[in-house]
Amino acid sequence: MSLHTKNLAELSDKLKNKNISSVELTQYFLDRIEKFDGDLNSFVTVAKDHALTQARKADEVIASGKAGPLTGIPIAQKDIFCTQGIKTSCGSKMLDNFISPYDATVVEKFNDAGAVMLGKLNMDEFAMGSSNETSFYGPVSNPWNTKCVPGGSSGGSAASVAARLTPASTGTDTGGSIRQPASLCGITGLKPTYGRVSRYGMIAFASSLDQAGPIAQTAQDAGLMLNAMAGFDPKDSTSVDKEVPDYTADLGENLKGLKIGLPKEYFGEGLDSVVGDIINSAVEQYKQLGAEVIDIELPNSGLSVPAYYVVAPAECSSNLSRFDGVRFGYRCENPKDLEDLYKRSRGEGFGPEVKRRIMIGAYALSAGYYDAYYLKAQKVRHLISDDFKQAFKKVDVIMGPTSPNVAFNIGERSDDPIAMYLSDIYTIATNLAGLPGMSVPAGFANDMPVGLQIIGNYFAESRLLNVAHQYQLNTDWHKQMPENYR
Amino acid sequence: MEWETVIGLEIHTQLATKSKIFSGASTAYGAVPNTQACAVDLGLPGVLPVLNKEVVTMAIKFGLAIGAEVAHRSVFARKNYFYPDLPKGYQISQMDLPIVGKGSVEIEIEDGKTKIVGVTRAHLEEDAGKSLHEDYHGMTGIDLNRAGTPLLEIVSEPDMRSAKEAVAYMKKIHSLVRYLEISDGNMQEGSFRCDANVSVRPKGQKEFGTRTELKNINSFKFVEKAINIEVERQIDIIESGGKIVQETRLYDADKNETRSMRSKEEAMDYRYFPDPDLLPVEITEDDIRSIEKDLPELPAVKQARFEKDMGLSNYDAAILTSDKDLAAFFEEAANKSGQAKLAANWVIGDLSGRLNKEDKSITDSPITAEMLAGMIKRLAENAITSKMAKEVFDAMWNGEGDADQIIEKRGLKPADSGEVEKIIDEIIANNPDQVEQFKAGKGKVMGFFVGQVMKASKGKADPAQVNKILSEKLK
Repeated sequence: MSLHTKNLAELSDKLKNKNISSVELTQYFLDRIEKFDGDLNSFVTVAKDHALTQARKADEVIASGKAGPLTGIPIAQKDIFCTQGIKTSCGSKMLDNFISPYDATVVEKFNDAGAVMLGKLNMDEFAMGSSNETSFYGPVSNPWNTKCVPGGSSGGSAASVAARLTPASTGTDTGGSIRQPASLCGITGLKPTYGRVSRYGMIAFASSLDQAGPIAQTAQDAGLMLNAMAGFDPKDSTSVDKEVPDYTADLGENLKGLKIGLPKEYFGEGLDSVVGDIINSAVEQYKQLGAEVIDIELPNSGLSVPAYYVVAPAECSSNLSRFDGVRFGYRCENPKDLEDLYKRSRGEGFGPEVKRRIMIGAYALSAGYYDAYYLKAQKVRHLISDDFKQAFKKVDVIMGPTSPNVAFNIGERSDDPIAMYLSDIYTIATNLAGLPGMSVPAGFANDMPVGLQIIGNYFAESRLLNVAHQYQLNTDWHKQMPENYR
Repeated sequence: MEWETVIGLEIHTQLATKSKIFSGASTAYGAVPNTQACAVDLGLPGVLPVLNKEVVTMAIKFGLAIGAEVAHRSVFARKNYFYPDLPKGYQISQMDLPIVGKGSVEIEIEDGKTKIVGVTRAHLEEDAGKSLHEDYHGMTGIDLNRAGTPLLEIVSEPDMRSAKEAVAYMKKIHSLVRYLEISDGNMQEGSFRCDANVSVRPKGQKEFGTRTELKNINSFKFVEKAINIEVERQIDIIESGGKIVQETRLYDADKNETRSMRSKEEAMDYRYFPDPDLLPVEITEDDIRSIEKDLPELPAVKQARFEKDMGLSNYDAAILTSDKDLAAFFEEAANKSGQAKLAANWVIGDLSGRLNKEDKSITDSPITAEMLAGMIKRLAENAITSKMAKEVFDAMWNGEGDADQIIEKRGLKPADSGEVEKIIDEIIANNPDQVEQFKAGKGKVMGFFVGQVMKASKGKADPAQVNKILSEKLK
């Protein structure tokens, strides 16, 4: 039985109709992980016992007739979400020994929904990276070509879903960390509006940009996942107290009259021409579905990468101060005094990319530079938000490529941080503005997947999912699977 | 040369909330180390702060009480530095946009004059934990129970010109936060402590001298001592041709000296920036007005009322209103006895004296306001004499019951007029010289007679009655 090609709704039906038990389904995916993840390295921790225990409980709930849409469904969590009793490493040596005493709100919500957690997924260290190469646990491979990166930082989340080692997963997106790996791995990823999903228990990288979201095979699955994840959390002051709709309710709306904005800045220099062609044909498809295409401008787009690389490092330099070797996490051997404890614990516990960003951030916040960097970057953020505000007066959604190119080779950009940072050139602006964005599979360039990015207005997740779903009803890019994992 | 001292204070007052400023953990003092620190206080990965709204109300109360502008929008900022008892590696505080802006308080200075001291700002922040250096054999223990305890930091203008003024200001703020019930003001437990910025300049010079900051002074006595010793040190340096270095200095109460902690060059760059985990605090005019409605009576208003409605002197009213509990005690005693002036005298005199002597606060007084009122009532209706009242007071203090029980048990009763008259007659007869003097116009001799009568009656005579009868008999 090829359960791994089924979407969440189909799996849920099979569970409810007792075609299969949650324990069997869970074991099925555990077996796939065992079989395939040796090459991929998408899991940091496989929580076998925990998963089977949850599955047994889910089966009881199903038997009692009280099952919800996710009851008994296996999923996997990015290793950035704290899980009580199970290691939460955040991809870092610093937290290789860290067992959280509490569950992140997102984890709690999936537990409440009856989902089964298969394990914790590999990621760039502290979510800093676009290739999953900065992980302490080694790079993750792209299932479409194991020599290539899966993207990052949610590389494990994307690769595991692409290889169907889990039906769906969670990711986090600070500058593109859900959308870019979804694009590079040929699957569907959604970064919700900032504040839609609680950040409590999600280890902070850049607090004003971080947002959790689903990574799945289809837009419909992403909607089901978001139903479980979204909502106000009294433990997160920046989560928004706004009603959570059923994100699968509007999927069937047709797209006649939908106004799609194409920002000319997303189709300029730096974009791989084959990728550009694929995006254009996806847009053509939308026209056939009744959408109207309007050329728009986002004039401050060029400032988004530099602004991001001030704001995100500034916040991370402060967020990562708590990793000091005093209370938890890595502590150096035989510290000779306090300063030695700090210097060596942090020096040995953090990898080079994390250190680079802490240093950039500490510099940008330091006395005498704060106005020139941090404050200026915040002003740029306002300009970027205003660009979108203007655009959404004219259009319903904005489309463009998720990434300027397809997955690159492991090691290819490791020594060139700037080239790496440019991987996120089309995704960063939405984080700076706090807008929701998606990546949807739209074709292949040189046999590697290409993702179409769809950006919506604040809290327009239902609209985004509807726009993606209608496309998926008329295309089968999202159904393509890498050969070795079919 | 004559020198002028310039002082500004930064007072940290712990706000009396049940739970911490950004978590639900208890703020109770004195618990076993690390039993009152939750995941948020420990700064575990992934945790987020949530503002305790009570602290906002408390800060607004303070702002209103000093006539300051309460900010409609204030922002929490991160103050970044590494220290083992600072779990997150930053303290959440307020920098550019504090909740309370410019205000002022009036202090009493020497010879009964008053002076206005400006308050620059007051802002909310979290306290750090404690580093315990004893008992760990060359290591340091960390207790995070205090981490996240809410503080209001009250920053004054450099308006004070002597250590005494600084103490008067500190006492004023102390009294205010206790009146407002926003802090218990307990200085032994560190709920109320201050840093002092001190400089000196030649009298008449406009520019301020270079200042030093004295850290963490936690009693009124030490504030005065620390400032005086620092002023002396600065003047000595300047007069011997040296220069003051801008630095942070620690006051050592045991040695009564200040010593350098770090210079300006070593000062930390705290890399302040707005905390992205917390939304700006938005306060509407309606919020402020509704808090204003619930403000308790403030010391100045209470003092005026004591003077006007209860007929107290300015001096007595000022003393009684300097402390909220003292004022409440007095007011109860005054109301229950119907004798405001007598109550004031007893509270300020015998009761305060006894409390001071035994190092007790008014709330620990073994004599309740009601007991004191009972005694005052008997005294006012001449059921006992002043001397007997003192005896009753002592007995009440020692737990022998209330005034009536003691009066009855001890059979206390002023001498009746027949008895008193008899004594007076005897004394007049035995002291003809003094009678002569009195009749010759020497009024002072009256005191002698009263004294003799009181002595002979063993305090049982009522002085007023004695006076009256004596005056008649000596005519």
